[in-house]
Amino acid sequence: MAPDAETRIAIDSDSDVVTARQRARELAADIELTSTDQTLLATAISEVARNITTYAVRGEVILSVVRDNGGREGIRVVARDDGPGIADIERALQDGYTSGGGLGIGLPGARRLVDEFEIESTPSQGTTVTLVKWSRSL
Amino acid sequence: MAVPILKQGPFLIASIQAALTDTDVLQLRDDVMSQVTRHRSRGIIVDVTALDVMDSFVSRSLRGIAMMTRLRGAKTVIVGIQPEVAFAMVQLGMNFEDVQTALDLEEGLALLQTQKEPGDGGS
Repeated sequence: MAPDAETRIAIDSDSDVVTARQRARELAADIELTSTDQTLLATAISEVARNITTYAVRGEVILSVVRDNGGREGIRVVARDDGPGIADIERALQDGYTSGGGLGIGLPGARRLVDEFEIESTPSQGTTVTLVKWSRSL
Repeated sequence: MAVPILKQGPFLIASIQAALTDTDVLQLRDDVMSQVTRHRSRGIIVDVTALDVMDSFVSRSLRGIAMMTRLRGAKTVIVGIQPEVAFAMVQLGMNFEDVQTALDLEEGLALLQTQKEPGDGGS
């Protein structure tokens, strides 16, 4: 996957969450993701970007267009923060588990909305969530 | 951006105009609750036609509004959830079962009117 130019959005406040998902939708429209897939991607970004404002206060979302060997295009989203990290990732990915007073569907829900989902976290150093949504046609 | 809330007879109509930040959503909740109290409203319609994303925070907050207003004796109907948004909400795992919904504003108003208590209409 060779990434094109990246779009970086600093996540400092709840309005940045809206900006991040709107920018992603524009990029997704450029590579002709279906309107439904744009909505799924935007919703997933909203969940992972909100985790930054809820748990880490600030971080960033990096968007890029990626291509696989078959020439299929997709949007990659990296949501990164230097916050407290997640002590138990397995648990954080379970439906209904929350340490932040929410519903506990943010991470497991976001995972269901995209094609690829990876999470890396080190306690007291930060969390990086990477999502990819592929376009369905070549 | 604040959500305008219009009074129409015994009902309130909150018409969301653009993407909402979390702060906007909490403001909407507070505004609806204070107006329901001020106008002794029997029903509230929240029109979400303009929302292209309803994530877990927005969904949970709208559900909260529906439950809080019910405790005040008023019924909330969420109208205008877009088809793609509905799809994303189901994939996300949002439980919206106990929230009343309708296709659009007109259907929402019709729903509230048919549910008025006998005697409300004057006779």
